[in-house]
Amino acid sequence: MNINATLLGELIAFIFFVWFCMKYVWPPIIGAIEERQKKIADGLAASEEGEKALELAQADADVQLKEAKAQAADIIEQAKKRGSTIVDEETQRGHSEREKIIAQGYSEIEAERNRTKEELRKQVAALAIAGAEKILDREIDAAAQSDIVEKLVAEL
Amino acid sequence: MAGSSGELTISSYIQHHLTNASVGEGFWTFHIDTLAWSIVLGFVFILSFRAVAKKATVGVPSKWQACVELVVEFVNDTVKGTYHGKSPLIAPLALTIFVWVLLMNLMDLIPVDFLPSFAQFVGGQLGHDPAHVYMKVVPTTDLNMTLALSLGVFILMIYYSIKIKGAGGFLKELYAHPFNTPWLYWFNFILEVVALLAKPLSLALRLFGNLYAGELIFILIAGTMGLWQLPLHFIWAAFHLLVIPLQAFIFMMLTIVYLSLASEKH
Repeated sequence: MNINATLLGELIAFIFFVWFCMKYVWPPIIGAIEERQKKIADGLAASEEGEKALELAQADADVQLKEAKAQAADIIEQAKKRGSTIVDEETQRGHSEREKIIAQGYSEIEAERNRTKEELRKQVAALAIAGAEKILDREIDAAAQSDIVEKLVAEL
Repeated sequence: MAGSSGELTISSYIQHHLTNASVGEGFWTFHIDTLAWSIVLGFVFILSFRAVAKKATVGVPSKWQACVELVVEFVNDTVKGTYHGKSPLIAPLALTIFVWVLLMNLMDLIPVDFLPSFAQFVGGQLGHDPAHVYMKVVPTTDLNMTLALSLGVFILMIYYSIKIKGAGGFLKELYAHPFNTPWLYWFNFILEVVALLAKPLSLALRLFGNLYAGELIFILIAGTMGLWQLPLHFIWAAFHLLVIPLQAFIFMMLTIVYLSLASEKH
């Protein structure tokens, strides 16, 4: 248990090891640790921020979705209304068209009938005159008797 | 058991185990076993940690890096919790002390006859008398080792005291405390010098005493218990397993405390 020069040797070894540790061992290791801690802290903060952003985006998306749904419902409603009005209008138009066509038909028929009537009247007149000519068996002055014939025709 | 030549008694067995292999005379004696083991273990420490330091990555650490970082962070937290000044030396100093002392203490767990017997065998082959080939494998059971550590700490204590408080401040702390009256300065001085010297001395003796006692009990069990030594060794080793890191931690902790006291102004 005697104190001797071993102590000096150990002191030198101790100083060397501490110096080496201080110079080449401690700084890189603690540097790496601290940098990693910083990185992890940054990462956590970033993830928290991301979560917040996601929440905001989700709320935003919800609002937009609701708006879009309302809009879509609106559009559908409008389209339905529009469709029904178009159908109504078309029906109305169809009706009036039909009426018009029918009326036109009637008037055409009427005109045709009148014309035919006129024609017939004329022919009947001619026929009557011819008949009368034959009956009387003489020449009648057509021009002198025409007023009687006209009267006859008008009575037909 | 050890020894192959001459009579083997318990006391000679113990005596043999407690003798250092030494060269030189008088004060200039070197305990080559203490020196060799401590320096080898010191290199184990700095080289294995240096391997991590060289490849230290901020990304995913390797397993060994994670292990080293665990130790480094533990020491760093301890230093930060105790030493409030700013010094690039304290934390590496604490790390060196903790790991180096721990490694040296761990030598205690190698079966007591293993390395000495091997040394005797080698010595015998080289033509020495095996009875006079000594090998004490736990450097911290050598007072020279622990005193060297505490002396290093003591030098740093004085260095920090003078650096931070100035030579006058340091001296004033020695005589103007605890009784701040001029006619008691001589008394203060005696008290404070004793207190100052007691710090490194107790530091060295605590580590030495614990490990020396532990080692002695291992040797006693090996020397006296016959076959009973197997369970007893196990029990004592299990108990000693607590003492080994605890003593390393206490040495480190007290070093930090002493240095923080030295660098605080009162």
